[in-house]
Amino acid sequence: MTSILDLSAVELRDAIACGELSAVEAARAYLDAIERTEPRVQAFNEVHADRALARAAQIDADRAAGKPLGPLAGVPLAVKDNLCMTHGRTTCSSKMLAEFRAPYTATAVAKLEDAGAVVLGKTNLDEFAMGSSTENSGFRPTRNPWDLSRVPGGSSGGSAAAVAARQCVAALGSDTGGSIRQPAAFCGIVGLKPTYGRVSRFGLVAYGSSLDQIGPLTRDVTDAALLTRAIAGHDRRDSTSVPRDVPDYLASVNKPIEGLRVGLPGEFFSDALDAEIGAAIRAAAGAYESAGAKLVDVSLPHSRIDRDADGKLSSYAVACYYIVAMAEASSNLARYDGVHYGHRTAEKVEDIVELFSRSRAEGFGPEVKRRIMLGSYTLSAGYYDAYYNKALKVRRLIQNDFDRAFEACDVILAPASPTPAFRLGEKTSDPLTMYLADIYTISVNLAGLPGLTVPAALGRDGLPIGMQLIGPVFSEETLFRAARMYEQAGGVRRLTPPAMAP
Amino acid sequence: MSETNETIKPVVGLEIHVELATATKMFCRCRNRFGDPPNTHVCPVCIGMPGVLPVMNRQAVEYAMKVGLALHCTVAGFTKWDRKSYYYPDLPKNYQISQYDLPLSADGFLEVPLPDGTTRKIRVRRAHLEEDAGKNIHDKASHTGVDLNRAGVPLLEIVSEPDMNAVEEVLAYARAMQRLVRWLGVSEANMQMGHMRFEPNINLHITRGGRTFKTPICEVKNLNSFRALERTVAYEIQRQHAEWQANPEGYSIDKVGKENRGYDDEAGVTVFQREKEEAHDYRYFPDPDLAPVLVSDEWRGGLAAQIGELPLARRARYMERYALSFKEADALTQDAPTGDLLDTAVTDGADAKRCANLLLGRGAAIANDRGYSIAEVGVTAGQLAELAKMLSGGEVNATAADKIFVKLAETGGSPRQVAEAEGLLAVSDAGQISAWVDQAIAANPKAVEDVRSGGKSQKKAFGFLMGQVMRLSGGAAAPAEVQRLLQQKLGS
Repeated sequence: MTSILDLSAVELRDAIACGELSAVEAARAYLDAIERTEPRVQAFNEVHADRALARAAQIDADRAAGKPLGPLAGVPLAVKDNLCMTHGRTTCSSKMLAEFRAPYTATAVAKLEDAGAVVLGKTNLDEFAMGSSTENSGFRPTRNPWDLSRVPGGSSGGSAAAVAARQCVAALGSDTGGSIRQPAAFCGIVGLKPTYGRVSRFGLVAYGSSLDQIGPLTRDVTDAALLTRAIAGHDRRDSTSVPRDVPDYLASVNKPIEGLRVGLPGEFFSDALDAEIGAAIRAAAGAYESAGAKLVDVSLPHSRIDRDADGKLSSYAVACYYIVAMAEASSNLARYDGVHYGHRTAEKVEDIVELFSRSRAEGFGPEVKRRIMLGSYTLSAGYYDAYYNKALKVRRLIQNDFDRAFEACDVILAPASPTPAFRLGEKTSDPLTMYLADIYTISVNLAGLPGLTVPAALGRDGLPIGMQLIGPVFSEETLFRAARMYEQAGGVRRLTPPAMAP
Repeated sequence: MSETNETIKPVVGLEIHVELATATKMFCRCRNRFGDPPNTHVCPVCIGMPGVLPVMNRQAVEYAMKVGLALHCTVAGFTKWDRKSYYYPDLPKNYQISQYDLPLSADGFLEVPLPDGTTRKIRVRRAHLEEDAGKNIHDKASHTGVDLNRAGVPLLEIVSEPDMNAVEEVLAYARAMQRLVRWLGVSEANMQMGHMRFEPNINLHITRGGRTFKTPICEVKNLNSFRALERTVAYEIQRQHAEWQANPEGYSIDKVGKENRGYDDEAGVTVFQREKEEAHDYRYFPDPDLAPVLVSDEWRGGLAAQIGELPLARRARYMERYALSFKEADALTQDAPTGDLLDTAVTDGADAKRCANLLLGRGAAIANDRGYSIAEVGVTAGQLAELAKMLSGGEVNATAADKIFVKLAETGGSPRQVAEAEGLLAVSDAGQISAWVDQAIAANPKAVEDVRSGGKSQKKAFGFLMGQVMRLSGGAAAPAEVQRLLQQKLGS
């Protein structure tokens, strides 16, 4: 018999539903795996072993009593630690919230639990989701299960590493500029950033509110369809969630799309892209063509990547993203002042301003401070028009580019990151270089579109290479079917890092 | 140059903050209530916890739109929410959800009745909706408490143009605004509960020897009473003039610009408030958590239709149609329900003047005693109409009607039943009255003599005898009948 750890979420819930396996056995298998690999991977901030086993036992009891089981009954999952839960702490991997216990559970997490999922614990991230490597965690960096000297990507690095390391079947992450898709690519798994408004943000600690979306990180496309179906939908507690029916993504995922038109944006295949990744994505395009799809050249001029005389890369999208996201972040993080909750300085202070300043200086890490300062600057009187307002205009132009592109194609095939997973410490000294890790993912957030990362290949040095499929708003169903076509046409699927094999 | 040809024109603009009387707060479902123990109406949203999101209260938007429409403002078809950033412990998110460049309402005016009976149009620049902050409570030596019951209460900020030129005008405008929001039923506008707060901007335009000098504009924050507003404006006019006299070239708007001052209630003066090192930069930007508000013509029109007649129009109608005096009409249009009572009684066929007299007599006295409006005294339009008709028909006299009114307010019932039960129906039976008249004549020979002699005390003596008859009847005799019989028997 194959190991429990090899089963996908769909296979696992089917096995539990028909009694081949108990939910408790599944939870135990994963808790054991966490115990075995966690010292090396460091994906979790907190493991809720007792609660997970109790919930699993409840699923088994429900099944024994003949009660109907949810679509995720008994499936062990992990949750990024910027999603609030009434159980345990919600830290955002920040010293500021190291002891924060939320009196509410994020809608997406509550929906998963209502569907029977068993949450194993909370995963590490770049502090407040600000980063692309999980090295900005206020606690410790998470390591890439494919190569422990490398980063898992970020900011949902803990969730991505946990799924890749077989510490959970799937996980939830959040994506503001690529924080699900880039770590999914680095860790050889599937990750979806849904359309803005598809999933409620209630209970997600905000970073860039107009960009943030919660999405799944899974072993394969089918599982992504299953989880997305479970978490999507309108929520009256989030005014930006869209009242629109949620299709049964799982029911259609295996249906290939006839006459699929795959768009290749020329701007994304410049010399900024790692040659091996470029080759892998072109090969994937070839696989689509063989499967009957039509390849179309499209253009996204405002997402173009330029190289200056010194060889430095730049992009309108990256500049636009960092202005919008940091402006929003500077405001969203203003509430952490040591007055109502969160870290408060132990130093004696003269007045309230000093209490604010010291608490914030002690509680936030350097990257968070950098972004708060940049965001405060761009919103300041006299700079607003030059920065924030201009960024909003660029954002509109980026959206228009995509609208035009989708007149000619159904999905866009693009890289998920310019390089495979880099080494810990490789980019920490230069924040701007780190920001460029998101160069292929952020325009998708700016345009509010869904983007799905799937493994494209394994590279020469044994590191996974991801590719990204981008669709028009609310085209998640198309993305799942198109990605499944690639899996079926010989793409890689369910990669297991050799060091993590059970 | 003598001071006599110097003219001083105060220029005052007023920001009025009005807390709206919605059931729940602006962006969460906590109750909007004053006076409960600290932090009993709070939730993760209004205390700004991580990961929660605001959800707009539609009733608050509708209340704000009603005020905008009643102020003849343009109510925007598209409006949005902005974040206004500043750090303060009573502001849990350290930003306030407000409206910056696209307020809900703009460019209107309020017709303000002045004490001399004229009215003045004060222009309203904008009226925007925002959430109120909490309150810092400094009642302990060791620390400051924060009460967040008020945090998130819907607050309408109404900004006037600098159209007021006298203390009386500022006060009249503020009172007219209070009357309007009460009239519309969107706020209790109770000063003690902080439902209304004022921030005047004041400076002087002084003309002397053909030159006009402008003093710096002073903004005084957070005034909680009409008295404070009145004293502040009066004080500022006097203070700015004195400062200008001491330094006519230096104390000017061009040199000093704008000053913030605070009001010291005990001393009745304003005091200079030093600005923080850096000027306030609120870093406004659109709140990404809230969708813009789209106001359709249907929505706007539906609310406009609910507004109906406004106080000044009603007052004019009462003077014209009901022949009431300015004072009477004004008193009856302080709030909408009192006027509604009158209008309904008149529609029932009662005489307007008699109804008005009843309402402004006993009605106003009771209301005044108990500190509420005449409509809240408890006499219904039906009761009012019936009582007024009984008065007109001579079935009760004015004294009896007053007694009946009081009884109706206390215990209810129909005016006729009350009159019968209390023996207040007028006696117009000639035989009975005749007996009382005879009795009075017999008991007061001196007065009878005075009437008959036709001297200068005749009129007074006759009135005295009238009064004696009324007293003998216990107030129940129909006065017209008493007069007729007295005249007959005295041959006068």
